[in-house]
Amino acid sequence: MPDTQTESWDLIIQPKTSWFNLRLNELWSYRDLLFIMVKRDFIAAYKQTILGPLWHFLQPLFTTIVFVIVFGRIARIPTDNIPQPLFYLCGLTLWNYFSACLNGTSNTFIANAGIFGKVYFPRLIIPLSVVISNAIKLGIQFLLLLAMMAWYAVKGYDFHIGLNILWIPVVIIIVALLGLAMGILISALTTKYRDMTVLMSFAVQLLMYATPVIYPLSFIPEKYKNLIGLNPLTWLTEAFRNGLLGNGLVDISMIGYSVLVTLLLLLASIMIFSKVEKTFMDTV
Amino acid sequence: MSTVIQVSNLSKQYRLGQVGTGSLSHDINRLWHRAWGKEDPYLKIGEENNRETKGNSDYVWALKDINFDIEQGDRVGIIGRNGAGKSTLLKILSRTTSPTSGSVKIKGKVASLLEVGTGFHPDLSGRDNVFLNGAILGMSRKDIKSRFDEIVDFAGVERYIDTPVKRYSSGMYVRLAFAVAAYLESDILIVDEVLAVGDHEFQKRCLGKLSDVSNKEGRTVIFVSHNMDAVLRLCSHAIILNNGKINGYSNTNNIIDTYLKSDFGTTSLRRWTDDSAPGNQVVRLKEVVVHDEDYNRNETFNITKRVGITMTYEVLQEDVIFTHGINLYNSQGLNILNSHDIVSELRKFPRKKGVYSSTSWIPGNFLAEGTVVVGVAIFNHKPFHIHFHELDAVAFNVVDSFAGDAARGDYVEGFPGIVRPILNWETEKSN
Repeated sequence: MPDTQTESWDLIIQPKTSWFNLRLNELWSYRDLLFIMVKRDFIAAYKQTILGPLWHFLQPLFTTIVFVIVFGRIARIPTDNIPQPLFYLCGLTLWNYFSACLNGTSNTFIANAGIFGKVYFPRLIIPLSVVISNAIKLGIQFLLLLAMMAWYAVKGYDFHIGLNILWIPVVIIIVALLGLAMGILISALTTKYRDMTVLMSFAVQLLMYATPVIYPLSFIPEKYKNLIGLNPLTWLTEAFRNGLLGNGLVDISMIGYSVLVTLLLLLASIMIFSKVEKTFMDTV
Repeated sequence: MSTVIQVSNLSKQYRLGQVGTGSLSHDINRLWHRAWGKEDPYLKIGEENNRETKGNSDYVWALKDINFDIEQGDRVGIIGRNGAGKSTLLKILSRTTSPTSGSVKIKGKVASLLEVGTGFHPDLSGRDNVFLNGAILGMSRKDIKSRFDEIVDFAGVERYIDTPVKRYSSGMYVRLAFAVAAYLESDILIVDEVLAVGDHEFQKRCLGKLSDVSNKEGRTVIFVSHNMDAVLRLCSHAIILNNGKINGYSNTNNIIDTYLKSDFGTTSLRRWTDDSAPGNQVVRLKEVVVHDEDYNRNETFNITKRVGITMTYEVLQEDVIFTHGINLYNSQGLNILNSHDIVSELRKFPRKKGVYSSTSWIPGNFLAEGTVVVGVAIFNHKPFHIHFHELDAVAFNVVDSFAGDAARGDYVEGFPGIVRPILNWETEKSN
């Protein structure tokens, strides 16, 4: 073969690739798969259920009721002068989205080992489809939140809605990316050592208590504030609450910090993810 | 013709055993070496992949320094016994795992069908699954839409296309899944033999479609199988893998000799040395071997040749009378025949203690091609008593001859039937 050196190949399979070769263009060529995966998740989830998507109303509704009773009436944690059901539902809506993204993406490799072992496609499609499917569920839960806001508006509650409402789409995107980043990082780490799965199951629950979901940041004593402030979700949750309910801390520099943490984490996790996806079938 | 796949020095190492705390220390050691720019210490060890010999190392090479080129439009069969490295090669080519060293260079789009219906969701309708499966295999919605009618037509499931696939019969399921794959837009198609399942008629259509894909559309097909027969029928070239290395690569007409000569023997010999040997205090089995006319052990036989099955056993009690028998089963588990010794002289008289060998001969041009599993037994008729009966004792393969000297004559297509004797035909003109 005289000219093999000069021939152009469409694909070269090799053991080592650069850390920075993330093949995002390949991801784009599989966008139809992403769309179909989202559709599949949505259809498959409600096949043979009676209530269908209504289940998305019930879960936050009941959780809110429990929170009102436990944290509001019994523990008497203040809610920044926001009616308790609104306060909890608002925090829960965002928190649910984050934890659904995190939980859904963190078992990417293990849950899809069967299909990954049989056919190649960019593995990132799966976690991305989880994030998008959950965005649809977030939309449904958002309707519930809006309905409750309308109810309070009719009763005469003043929301002071202003320009801060523009934070909402920003916050949702950052929360989605953060959930994705943490989720795929964990999924990459669990392919060989399953210890992380055990950790995950309670770490997510504990993280909620380190996020202002059941309490406002203003209620936190000064000496713990720095600790809670390390959690990027803290600033995102506060800004989200401010945008919707008109009460909550919007600290631009700390939101900047959250965005930075999220983007760094995302870059690192995609790099690790694309390393692991090449050989995980040997260790999963 | 141009080279579309070039495999150079391809190797793949696997670690045996469990992932546990030991693997963490190996990982750290490996990282340490890499950080200092040294070679991975575990790549130097590792042994040839041979299941029979117990290795000394936890690392084995499933593939070791494989080199080959595939030309455009070729239909290449990859054959070898279980554990030869076929699946590993397939996984690397289809990018579900990465090689340890070496490279594969590919021109054009690769579609791999390692399993029918990958990603089929039971709750979705046939229509949704066609789109889902097509997208997983790398097709765009537009491509799938333009070929949708052809796919449904080939699968023959028009009536059920809006029914969830969990209500499909397994045949319909396989047909639909294969159809998606067969109509896939790709330059190179990698197919596992599991595709050749389903009823006979559909199997013929699948193989026919694969031939079309290569002949008419100029696409390259790689077909992986442990069945020489299927490879002979479908492929223009064949690669024989053995213990992670290439034993032969040639066009299929020439490769059959290599295949017959190569040692595929894993199960044509069984030996028992300890107390686990089949038997009782009267007689104990020591060895069962399948061999050719010259008593050379072999696992693969030309259909025209005689096959000998010899069992060696030790008689532990003086003066017992017994007889020997064999059962033959084909790969579908169908009992081809049973035979017990009604010929030898020794069977009539009480046996002295000692080691004996009994051989039975299966004539050439009698068994059909395929795998034959052999069971052996020693027993008494009156009173009826079984000393041992070892089903699945050994196995061997029968490969049909395409030289015109077997029952198939010059006919090269699939040839059904449990046995394949050459019968005598007499034809007379009656008026």
